Amino acid sequence: MTEITCIVCPMGCRLTVDEQNDFAVTGNTCKLGENYGKNELKNPTRVLTTTVKIGGAIHGRCPVKTGGAIPKGKLFDAMKEIKKVRLESPVACGQVVLTNLLGTGIDVVATRAM
Amino acid sequence: MVDLAVIGGGPAGLAAAHAAYQSGLRDIVILERDRELGGILNQCIHNGFGLHRFKQELTGPEYAGRYINMLNDTNVETRLDTMVIEITPDKRIYTASPNGYEMIEAKSIVLAMGCRERTRGAIAIPGSRPSGVLTAGAAQRYLNMEGLMPGSRAVILGSGDIGLIMARRMTLEGAEVLACVELMPYSSGLNRNIVQCLEDYNIPLYLSHTVTDIRGGRRLEGVTVAKVDENRRPIPGTEINFDCDTLLLSVGLIPENELTRGAGIDMDLRTSGAVVFENMETSIPGVFACGNAVHVHDLVDFVSEESAKAGGAAAAYVGGCTHESGGARLKNGANVTYTVPQRLHGHVTNKEIGVFFRVNRVFKKSKITVTADGAEIASFNRRYMMPGEMQHVTLKADKLAGVSDITIAAEEIA
Repeated sequence: MTEITCIVCPMGCRLTVDEQNDFAVTGNTCKLGENYGKNELKNPTRVLTTTVKIGGAIHGRCPVKTGGAIPKGKLFDAMKEIKKVRLESPVACGQVVLTNLLGTGIDVVATRAM
Repeated sequence: MVDLAVIGGGPAGLAAAHAAYQSGLRDIVILERDRELGGILNQCIHNGFGLHRFKQELTGPEYAGRYINMLNDTNVETRLDTMVIEITPDKRIYTASPNGYEMIEAKSIVLAMGCRERTRGAIAIPGSRPSGVLTAGAAQRYLNMEGLMPGSRAVILGSGDIGLIMARRMTLEGAEVLACVELMPYSSGLNRNIVQCLEDYNIPLYLSHTVTDIRGGRRLEGVTVAKVDENRRPIPGTEINFDCDTLLLSVGLIPENELTRGAGIDMDLRTSGAVVFENMETSIPGVFACGNAVHVHDLVDFVSEESAKAGGAAAAYVGGCTHESGGARLKNGANVTYTVPQRLHGHVTNKEIGVFFRVNRVFKKSKITVTADGAEIASFNRRYMMPGEMQHVTLKADKLAGVSDITIAAEEIA
């Protein structure tokens, strides 16, 4: 049994995960929490948010995120890859700015129209 | 004359304007001093927003974008680069903008100015005054919007959410974050942020510690951190020195209410925001307040919800709905530090009244008790409460008729 804090949303539910019992999760208040509890012990992943350079927009940086969670161990390598991206305005919110990040199958998308 | 003037185009102002429009108001203007809408969400590029409001995990810019798009489908007017200088009790609003000095008359006003960060001056840290000491929110703006790196070796004072978020952000951008230092014996940030931002990157959290000295000439060279006793006084002999070029302060937020005070609106010393009724109306009928200008929230979703209430109530006011003021007052019971709303109108039209409050320490299994003129009218069980997490309870209005005092208390149960 491992106790962890759920980080799916800011509620921060206290989950108990039972590794002996197929990673059964208790203490969650939503289905997402159950999935998080299982995955956090089996294969921890994180959504990465950062910024990339953009020209011709109101600011010099465009916020981006990974379209899905990537393995926690790849966060720093992912930062290096994303840093190479250069954008020019206009960019739509949700527009893919980098495909298949580090072979994860996950795309990086803009999180703001600029 | 406009039907509604909304002061501030951050999450609170956007939600209030949208709700007022949805409630039928058509002549609405948002006054925003920045050159774009969205407020602080624009620099909060991390995700975790919107799970309650949109049932989806969004980043700050995405959350703001949703509301900005919703408003684009309306005829709500937005005036950017427009700083409100003064509002008067008879709802005249004086602004400074590229058009010069102007006056707007409004039938109703929503105050949605948000909050600002406490600075080094507010907590009086001894030492020299080098560059490299800045608030976590300022560093967040530099990094996330301007693309400027505040430093390479950082210590963070205060474990508020912005400080935690910046610990991770600086680390991902290649800085070394040496420590997060918290005066209190518990973190004031959300649990998820302690997990995701500190534990994920092995950044030590020093609880019951504070910064006692700042060293450096032109640039910060180091800080001294010491343990504090139960009276929050540094204990001699416990000092740790950190060589760092950056000290980020995440030591609290202050609701921004110069305009509110200037208009003579009743203030609550506990929240540093306006005293509000159950519909977010202030002591001046037709002037409403919402979001972080009323009390500092930890989730933007609740800001939106509260602000929609204010916007809807402003529409009702313009439509001719008025209230008697002689209703109940909400008071702090044991272990409760504030409540919002603080007052109820004489005749409450809603069937349910939502109350936000905070507790003064960390609670395990606990019970929230609501009493009306001394008699218990409701109780709620909680598995866990902490000061950093705002609490919310819903009261049935029919149990509050004719009541003069409502008290909310929290206690730990075995």
